[in-house]
Amino acid sequence: MTSSSPKPNSYRTLPDTDGHFGNYGGRFVAETLMPLILELEQAYKDAKNDPEFQKELDYYLKYYVGRPSPLYFAERMTAELGGAKVYFKRDELNHTGAHKINNCIGQILLAMRMGKTRIIAETGAGQHGVATATVCARFGLPCTVYMGAKDIERQSPNVFRMKLLGAEVKPVESGSRSLKDAMNEALRDWVTNVEDTFYIIGTAAGPHPYPELVRDFQCVIGNEAKEQIMEAEGRLPDLLVAAIGGGSNAIGLFHPFLDDKDVEITGVEAAGHGVHTGKHAASLTAGAPGVLHGNRTYLLMDDDGQITEADSISAGLDYPGIGPEHSWLKDIGRVNYVAITDKEALAAFKLCSECEGIIPALEPSHALAHVIKIAPTMSKDKIIIVNLCGRGDKDIFTVAEALGVKL
Amino acid sequence: MSDAIIGGKDRIEKRFAKLKEEGRAGLVTFITAGDPDPEASFEILKALPEAGADIIELGMPFTDPMADGPAIQEASNRALAAGMHMRKTLSLVRGFRDQDHETPIILMGYYNPIYIYGVAEFLEDARNAGVDGLIVVDLPPEEDEELCVPTVEKGLSFIRLTTPTSDDKRLPKLVQNTSGFVYYVSVAGVTGAGSASNEQIIEAMERLRRHTKLPIAVGFGIKTAAQAAEVARQADAAVVGSAIVSKIAESLDENGKATDKTASMVTGLVRELANGVRDARK
Ligand SMILES: Cc1ncc(COP(=O)(O)O)c(C=O)c1O
Repeated sequence: MTSSSPKPNSYRTLPDTDGHFGNYGGRFVAETLMPLILELEQAYKDAKNDPEFQKELDYYLKYYVGRPSPLYFAERMTAELGGAKVYFKRDELNHTGAHKINNCIGQILLAMRMGKTRIIAETGAGQHGVATATVCARFGLPCTVYMGAKDIERQSPNVFRMKLLGAEVKPVESGSRSLKDAMNEALRDWVTNVEDTFYIIGTAAGPHPYPELVRDFQCVIGNEAKEQIMEAEGRLPDLLVAAIGGGSNAIGLFHPFLDDKDVEITGVEAAGHGVHTGKHAASLTAGAPGVLHGNRTYLLMDDDGQITEADSISAGLDYPGIGPEHSWLKDIGRVNYVAITDKEALAAFKLCSECEGIIPALEPSHALAHVIKIAPTMSKDKIIIVNLCGRGDKDIFTVAEALGVKL
Repeated sequence: MSDAIIGGKDRIEKRFAKLKEEGRAGLVTFITAGDPDPEASFEILKALPEAGADIIELGMPFTDPMADGPAIQEASNRALAAGMHMRKTLSLVRGFRDQDHETPIILMGYYNPIYIYGVAEFLEDARNAGVDGLIVVDLPPEEDEELCVPTVEKGLSFIRLTTPTSDDKRLPKLVQNTSGFVYYVSVAGVTGAGSASNEQIIEAMERLRRHTKLPIAVGFGIKTAAQAAEVARQADAAVVGSAIVSKIAESLDENGKATDKTASMVTGLVRELANGVRDARK
């Protein structure tokens, strides 16, 4: 969780008591869920102030997840790009292979504190589903994961992993058959099972208090990175870069640095086939504010307010919305948001594999693609930290297909 | 604009006063605007009062109806595929209102299409079209400033959903800023799921009546005339949605298009439900 306390005029004091980040966030949910969300808010407040909860969280992050994750100087990539020094925050080394488990450990400990006995989750790439199934196995709670039918096809290794971990994977055939529809279905499950069920949302979105609590659980990334870069370089970085689906790995890295005004911050959305083609997932770059899944935020939609389908080679970025804090950070200009195409991400995937011996997930490959563009334009004494938030094992079939290789 | 046409909470209040006079509960019917296509939907809408609907809930189609079960999700999809959008929904109401000055119409749906239309413009257009009230599923009292308060100021009803999770602590907040009637969602779940037992409904009615004098309509899971009658013995109105919408689905041809049976199959069911409701307290 956040270590140093926020300063006056801080960017780190939100949300307000109603869950707003400026104009964004809020609690746009069916009345059936309101008492549950209020109960969760209270339980989270109590947990945050309970040293025992912190201790437990730290214990599992260290011994089960394997934290802290290293901050690694990507020497060959730096040489290849010929500009700024590039560091990887290696959250792909976490147990289960992505940052998602940081949040899942936090939420399942909270669920047990609240006496909940059944866990549900939505998943896109399957990384959050796997992380949720993992913590459910570890703590002995039944787990149901909703996953779009389209994602089940393109992330089959993760589907099998969830099943091995004892979770029930429910394919979602409605709508665009991907992440947003999985979230709809998880919300439908939750309104039906209000007594015993805890919904572990996988990204920093949804109704208040989810954007806040997911962020707080992911801030371990940025807090560690801050300490590690001080140790390695004796100063803060010049630029942070992270990929954005719903925005949890990004806000986890960014948040502890928001008040360090000399640190530039860039979030990378998925441009799919290109923002101009309309087939993309770049809600901040090409969307507008609207209300979906419990919060007001930038969305992809038509002029009637109907949500349109997102498109990205990366299932984890294939979402027509974004966490509300990012919408606010965009509007106030503290964070800069760019978009990277499928093609650029694939090139970055290959380069990272070949010159660093690290096969990244397609999601952070988007962040790497931006680094590939920007590092050569920066001088050699500049420092970039990029969040390598997931490993690419789950993506080898998708990448093989995109490269025209038959496995 | 003639006063006979513009929408307002008065029309809802008058309707409940009339029901009280007749000593019976009302039947509230739900269809999705534009399902299965705008023309067929208009035919169905026009035929509802004659078939026995006392109040009409008209769904505003949305791509992501998070609180709806499969039947109403599919109705929304059919309408959107047939080119339905908010302006057409309002002109559907306007067409209805030209002929029927008495049956209240309540638009029901999700906030985003209204937000994108623009709240002030939407309320103005809705009122002028003859819309009397709104039910917006994803706007709890915590978000009243968004739409509820402006709706009430415009003279329309903002009807609240109360649920099995609405306890004595929560209810005072729920009956604030509301008018017309209070909707009791009798089961925790999505539309079209299971139904509540009679005892559960009686208990909920007692709880609700401790907090409000407004009429109470009960819905979720009512499929048959017998179920509607049972609810009508306790509540001021019974709401039927998924069963009617499923009837529309059943009436379509193999290409999903309306047939000459579509309107009559719907009115047939509504007639049965209305008889159930009307005979309930005899
Ligand atoms: C490795 C990885 N990175 C990023 C994401 C995107 O989510 P977020 O933006 O919340 O970090 C996912 C989602 O599945 C993921 O698996």
